[in-house]
Amino acid sequence: MTKLNELTIAEAARALRAREFTVQALWDACAAAAAARNPELNAFLEIFDADDAAIAAAQKRIDTDGSAAPLLCGIPLAMKDNILIEGKIASAGSRMLENYRATYDATVVKKLKEAGALFLGRTNMDEFAMGSSTEHSAYGPTKNPHDTHRVPGGSSGGSAAAVAAHLAIAALGSDTGGSIRQPAAHTGLVGLKPTYGAVSRSGLIAMGSSLDQIGPLAKTVEDARLLYEAIAGRDPLDATTIPAGLYPARSIPEKFRIGVPRHLLEKGVDADLRAAFDASLERLKDAGHTLIDIELPMSAYALAAYYVLMPAEVSTNLARLDGIRYGHAVRGETLLDDYLLSRTSGFGKETLRRILLGTFVLSSGYIDAYYYKADAARRVLRREYEKAFGKADIVAFPTTPSPAFALGEKSDPLSMYLEDIFTATANLTGMPALSVPMGFVERAGKQLPIGMHFTAPNQAEDTLFVLGTAVEKARGA
Amino acid sequence: MATAEEVKKLAALARISLPDGELEKFASEFDAILAYVGQLESLDIAQSSAKEKPPLRNVMRADGAPHEGGVYTEKLAAQFPARDGDALSVKQVIRHD
Repeated sequence: MTKLNELTIAEAARALRAREFTVQALWDACAAAAAARNPELNAFLEIFDADDAAIAAAQKRIDTDGSAAPLLCGIPLAMKDNILIEGKIASAGSRMLENYRATYDATVVKKLKEAGALFLGRTNMDEFAMGSSTEHSAYGPTKNPHDTHRVPGGSSGGSAAAVAAHLAIAALGSDTGGSIRQPAAHTGLVGLKPTYGAVSRSGLIAMGSSLDQIGPLAKTVEDARLLYEAIAGRDPLDATTIPAGLYPARSIPEKFRIGVPRHLLEKGVDADLRAAFDASLERLKDAGHTLIDIELPMSAYALAAYYVLMPAEVSTNLARLDGIRYGHAVRGETLLDDYLLSRTSGFGKETLRRILLGTFVLSSGYIDAYYYKADAARRVLRREYEKAFGKADIVAFPTTPSPAFALGEKSDPLSMYLEDIFTATANLTGMPALSVPMGFVERAGKQLPIGMHFTAPNQAEDTLFVLGTAVEKARGA
Repeated sequence: MATAEEVKKLAALARISLPDGELEKFASEFDAILAYVGQLESLDIAQSSAKEKPPLRNVMRADGAPHEGGVYTEKLAAQFPARDGDALSVKQVIRHD
């Protein structure tokens, strides 16, 4: 029999209702796995004590309501360390917030609590979600469960490793330029970045506010959908959330027209990964879907635009961390010293780098050349995608250019930034995007998972789930 | 391109103080990053798209009392690095000397 911690949300929910095991047994299985493997993986920054009242309440709800109880009731989840849970520390992987205790629940946490979900712990991440490997955490890197010499991706690498190693049934992460989808690809999971505004960010520690979205990391497309549906919706506490039906509804086709921008894949993509991508496309074609060549020329500039806009927003958002009201606080001679000392010692290298970069692209001599140009490129990119969705239902490419890299391999900042080359486009356009496992490539005797990436028009998450499920089926998963 | 002096100026604007040795390192990393994002300069984007109205507009909620006064005071004050009752203690900013 499959161990309880290895179940999916859907499997565990069914078994809980069939009285095959209790909520307590499911919690214990996950908590025991987390305690056993976390010293090696460093997926969790903190494993929470069991909340006996919440476990009992979830069990009672399942016993009383049966199939009417929410599917997430009694399911142990892992939460990225930048999502606030009242009374718990939320450090965003930074020394700056090492002792910061959340004073309220993020809206997604409130919704999950209402559904009866349980929280196993808070997961490691690149500091303030800046990075693609989880190596920029102030609390040490997370290891990839598929090969512990390699990174799990990032910035939601702790959430990814926790689910991939079966320490949690599923997890939430946040995605600003690929921080859910890239770690999902590197650890063999499904990761969704919802449409901009689909999920409330009230209680998410902000990084790039025109880009950030919270989303699920899960073992299956079905689980990703369950979690997404539980957290989505308009929220009066986040004015950027959007109502259902804001964008034109699109029917889900039986046979998809899959747009592939082959011009983007000509160089820089690992050969084995490319071969697996092409084979996945062939399987979809065999299943009756149509492949269409599309052109998205502005994509070539997308990452450059992203690395202008994102640091600009980072430098603005992180200005609030000044050592005065909360967080890391060092005192000097003057008030200015208080700011300088707190910020300089509270932030890690990558965070400082991006604050400086953001300050640069927003400074008066350079804002035209960089920021406004990047913003214009973003609009052109969005229009190119809208046009592509006239003839394609969905856009497909690999989630990452290569499989998970070794710890310490990408020591210069730019090579790390290039990890986001495919994923950042969906944050720039705001469109929803899903990474689904598409197989493995072998490196040094280890099988490393790789992901296939789909982008859909705004609010067409359902399209992603349907095609994502088709990819799972075609692989025989 | 970027000099240590420029990075120092940016750092001051961002309320960060870096030792001289690190300024050089940041400056050289900046060069690589700016060379990459600098490819945007070669883009010829029509003025119309540069001045397009943003697709989203700001949404304000009606003024009102979202919660009872004082219910968060203790939780927030507990986060203060230094407090005097319910007040946040900070250095004197205006000097009289």
